[in-house]
Parts: sequence; C-alpha cells; structure tokens
Amino acid sequence: MLDTLNPPKRNVVPPVSREQYIKAFSWMLLARTVEEKLASLWRAGKIAGGVYLGKGQEAVSAAIGILLKSGDIFGPLIRDQAGRLAFGESLVDIFRTHFGSRTGPTRGRDGNVHRGKPRDGYHAMISHLGSLVSVVAGALVARRFKGDTSAIGATTIGDGGTSTGSFHEAINMAAVEKLPLVVVVVNNQYAYSTPNHRQFACNHLVDRAIGYGVEGYTMDGTDLRSCLEVVAYATERARSGHGPQMVVGSCLRLSGHGEHDDGFYVDKNLFHTALGRDCLKVAENYLQEQEWADEALVETWRRNAKQQVEEAVAKAQREPLADPSDETWCPYATQRLAQALLVR
Amino acid sequence: MSITYLEAIREAQEKALRDDPRVYIYGQDVAAFGGAFKATKNLAKEFPGRILDAPISEDAMVGSAIGAAIEGMRPIVEMQFADFSTLAVNQIVNQAATLYWRTQVACPITIRLPSGGNPGSGPFHSQSLESLYAHFPGLVVMTPATVEDAYTMLLEAVDIDDPVIFCEHKYLYNRLKSAELPESGLPCHQARVARLGRDLTIVAYSAMVHEALAAAEQLRKEDIEVEIVDLRCVKPLDVDTVLASVARTARLLCVGESWPWGGVNSEVITSVVTHGFHLLDAPPQRINSKDTPVPFHVGLWGAHKPSTQVIVAAARRLYEW
Ligand SMILES: Cc1ncc(C[n+]2csc(CCOP(=O)(O)OP(=O)(O)O)c2C)c(N)n1
Ligand SMILES: [Mg+2]
Repeated sequence: MLDTLNPPKRNVVPPVSREQYIKAFSWMLLARTVEEKLASLWRAGKIAGGVYLGKGQEAVSAAIGILLKSGDIFGPLIRDQAGRLAFGESLVDIFRTHFGSRTGPTRGRDGNVHRGKPRDGYHAMISHLGSLVSVVAGALVARRFKGDTSAIGATTIGDGGTSTGSFHEAINMAAVEKLPLVVVVVNNQYAYSTPNHRQFACNHLVDRAIGYGVEGYTMDGTDLRSCLEVVAYATERARSGHGPQMVVGSCLRLSGHGEHDDGFYVDKNLFHTALGRDCLKVAENYLQEQEWADEALVETWRRNAKQQVEEAVAKAQREPLADPSDETWCPYATQRLAQALLVR
Repeated sequence: MSITYLEAIREAQEKALRDDPRVYIYGQDVAAFGGAFKATKNLAKEFPGRILDAPISEDAMVGSAIGAAIEGMRPIVEMQFADFSTLAVNQIVNQAATLYWRTQVACPITIRLPSGGNPGSGPFHSQSLESLYAHFPGLVVMTPATVEDAYTMLLEAVDIDDPVIFCEHKYLYNRLKSAELPESGLPCHQARVARLGRDLTIVAYSAMVHEALAAAEQLRKEDIEVEIVDLRCVKPLDVDTVLASVARTARLLCVGESWPWGGVNSEVITSVVTHGFHLLDAPPQRINSKDTPVPFHVGLWGAHKPSTQVIVAAARRLYEW
C-alpha cells in the first residue's frame, strides 16, 4: 500500500513541467548508468571494498537534487547517486573515489560513497548513520549567522537510519532552531536484512514529524512525479520560513544492500506490489504517456549517458592512484601543528 | 576437518547459548541473516527467540544489555563493525564499566567488535579500538589472535562477571584456520609465548601476532631469533609474561594496529621500563598504525598499518642497537 497521508496542497507549487521532469529523468538515467558501470567494475575486481547502489531510489534522489538551488546545502547518503549528479557532482569524481585516485576529492583516503565537497555545500558522509543530519543543520545555523536567508539544506536517511540517536537529536535540534532543513527519509523497506517491523513500531515514519514539531509529508518514491511535487512543496515550505520538513518516500531497494549481497532475505512478493516498481521504468512510461518523449528519444539519452560514463571511467583510469610515498600522513589542517607532528 | 577463526566465534556462541539459558544475542541483522559476517549463522534457527535483530541503535543496544545483565541475563551484543561501537561509548564506558564499582551489581555483558583493517574498508570500517576501551576502568578488553583463543576466550567473556569488549579481527575471520577447537584454554589474563627466541621480544596481539610471526621467520634466516608474546587480552595486561620474556632477550619491540597515542604499546613499554629497566639492553620500540584515519586505497592502507617488512626492519635495527 502506498502512503497518502498528508498530501501536500498542490496549488502551492507550480505543476511539474515537461522540462523539469525530463531534467530529473536524465539524472536518474545517468545515475543508473553510472551504477551499472560501478557494479561491473566491482565484479571485475577493479574496485576494492564495497559498492552500494541506489537502484530504485533514483526518483527520490533526483527530485531532491534538482529542487535544491545553487548555494543550498546537500547531505546525501549511500543511495543518492542521482541527487549528487543533479547537485553538480562531476562524473569523473565518482570513479576517482571508487578507484582511490590521488586526483579524487578524497585522494584515496576514503572511498565509494564517502565523497563530497563540503565547502561547496556538498557534504561527505561518514558511515555512521544519522551523523550527517546535525552537520547539515549546523551548516544552516552558520548561514543564518552569515545573513544568508535564502539557502536551505536537504539530507537523506534510510528507514534504518531513523533508529539512531543522532537522527533523533538532530531533528529535534533543527526543530528548536526552526532551521530550513528538509530531511528525506527513504523507506526502502529494509535496512540491510532487517525489515521495517524489526526497525520501528509506529504506523508510518511520517508520524514522527508531529512528535518533533516539524511538517511531514509522504510520497510515492517510485513515482518521479510524486517526488517532484512533494519535494518541491517541502523545499518551498523550508525556504519560506516554516522550519524543518520531514518527507518520507516509500519504495523498495532494488539491489542488494551492497553488491556483495544478493538480498535473498527480501520478501519476493514486495517486487509485485506498487512499492517494487522500478522508478526509472515508471518515469519512462510517464514520459511516453504524456508524449513528452518517445522511445527513440529515451534511447538517444541512454546512449548519451553511456558515452559520458565511459569517458569518465577512461579519464579516471588514466589518472594516478593514491601512493603512500606522496601521502602526507598528516591529519592536521593547522600548518604549525602539521609541522610539529612531522618533526617526530 | 578445519575450522576458521570466524567459525570458532560462531561455535563459541552456539555453545554459550546451549549451556546457559541466560545467554542471548542482540545485534543488527544477527537473526535470520546470521550477521554481516555470518558469525551468528543458523543460531536463530537453533535457538528461537534468543537471537534478536536490533534497530540501528547502538546506544540502546548496549543500554538494554546492561539492563538485562542486571536482571541476571548474559547478553552478547554484536556491533556490525567495531567502528559503530563509538555510538555506544556512553553506555559502555559510563554505565557498564562503572556499574559494579558504583553498586556492587556485576555487569556481565559481552560486546563483540569486528575490528581492524581489511583491504578497501576505509576509515569507518577498519578501526582498532582496544586502546580506547582499555582506558576505562572496569572493562575487560580481549584481543584474540588464534582460532583457539577466539573460541575459548569468547566463552570466557560470556562467563566472567565484568563487561567484556571482545575485539575479533576481521582480517583473520576466514584467513585463519585450525584443525579443531580446544576443550579449554589459558585464562584471559595470561599472555602466551607464541614463539621462543633469544635475541629480542616482540609483544603483539590480534592480527599483528601473525605479522610478527612472519617477521620472525624472515629474521631467522639472518640468525636473529625473535621471541613473540601474544598478549591475548590487553586489559588486564599480563606484564609478568612480558617481563619474563624481556629478561631472556633484553630487547623489546611492541606491535599494535591501533593508533600510537596512549595505546596498548605505550602501556606495555611503560610497564617494562618501570619494572624491568635493568633488564633492557636497548630502548624499547613500538610500531603502530600511522596517526591518521585508516585510508581506503589498498596501497595507502598497506603503508598505514604495521607490516611484516616494517617489523623486520625495526627488529633488525633493535637487534643491532
Ligand atoms: C550507526 C551505524 N550502525 C550500523 C551501520 C551499518 N550499516 C550500514 S548500512 C546499514 C543499513 C542501513 O539501512 P537504511 O538506513 O534503511 O538505509 P538503506 O541501506 O536501506 O538505504 C547498516 C546497519 C552504520 N552504517 N551505522
Ligand atoms: Mg532501508
């Protein structure tokens, strides 16, 4: 069953346009293409450690990415490839990070999804779930100090991540401070192998919004249109001074937890419910129904996405990998302290 | 037949569950899924209702284990990775570690930490936190290096009345094998001489015991005979066994995978210098991981942690000192 609690008032935000829909769809398609490539590189042994995909969650993520504006703040999590791209991440940085390139944003020090450019408002997650929510909140506190009243922040979290103390503390604090923070909870029914019923006991995660004193909405995470409408509404409310917004999008994780995991524990019936729809297919069908794009046009976009991805991979592969001999081995930013450390 | 370090951990839990109805296991994905590393594989089937999947709530996982222990249970908490135990630090170091001292009520909980580095694991799935927990009074911190110890020490961890931080090394999980499991082992507060030698003592624990053993084999070819002490448990620390070894060799090199500052190595060296200064012919040395977060890239990671080669070079210098 899809959620229809608290549908936003449609008239507040303009209807989704062809242009916006296509833009979001393109990011979804590019993200899917990137991730298919990552999976195949991982299978070929070209990526060490884990590879985590956002298959089935591109609609939610792309909607966030395109509804944030330049100067806003984004704290993406593991399944946000589409949103990262829409927020401006360069394709080649994705592969640099996975390969451990010296040229990548983390210089090989951290990998896979742990990338970002925090000073550009694009935050770099740590593994510890829930930890980023308060960081994005703090960035918004800083914006307030700086007199920037136009920026908002958005961050995502999984159904599992909502069980952390960090998540609770951060939303409560953001609510007290009335920060323009949009927290998008992506309920993909599982946290690794753990289903919703072992994760929380409320009827619906959005019910928590009232407890925190924030506005809460639900959306169909498999339907790009629903995502664009609801996220547009939430971002608009945040921008116009209504404090933190909690948006809960429902979908199903269409990959394993990571590529090492085949997800055998997922209830197979879910794939045949509305939750199990592939948001990319749903969006493509919608494009055709609306006669916004036909099959041939989508095929052109697909080929184009593939080509961009191949070029980015090739570029990253030509670049040098991290090398212990030119690593500084210094965790200090303060030059004086870095020197003091290196002397010993 | 052979059994891995990981299987030994599973077997120990199975035995604990079988022998003691007060034992239960709590952790993320531990029930039907059998845990992220499969350390609880099939246990939920065998012991229905005693293996519980936890929400992603490390603080509450440990807090609830403390409450259950007060009521007489013997909980085993599995952290998905050692790194996530930092979210439960408050409950571990303030509540569990102080309970007996405050109230005379024991806190027999076991917290399993899948610890240490593995290729490509990066800063948040690689940490070795034994030094952190060893700092706090009231905690027992075990760091088994062998299949046998993984088994008997985990059983001992469940059995003893104090909170135990059980640091099991992920790198050893499937790489380390033994023919069979022992009936019993040394008590955890005793270190073990893992190799006899006359020229210098290497003190190590967990996966670093194996790097030290490999280094000792190389040094043997140069006619340098290394003695290796496996600490097994870093808190409490068996200083006597270390001192006895240093009395034979007069040289001490400590190897640990955690960060250098205020760690197990510093504690061992301080103890030896304090109680056995007269035994030493050379200044004690230590090798730790570098003082930065654990890097993701495999080459960086290999250079970050103590390796056989680095141990060999340091041991040679110490021998020639
Ligand atoms: C605090 C913390 N505990 C445990 C983990 C290990 N872990 C990584 S992802 C994950 C499941 C996350 O599930 P969810 O939040 O629903 O996100 P999803 O993977 O479904 O997108 C777990 C338990 C972690 N990253 N952080
Ligand atoms: Mg989930």
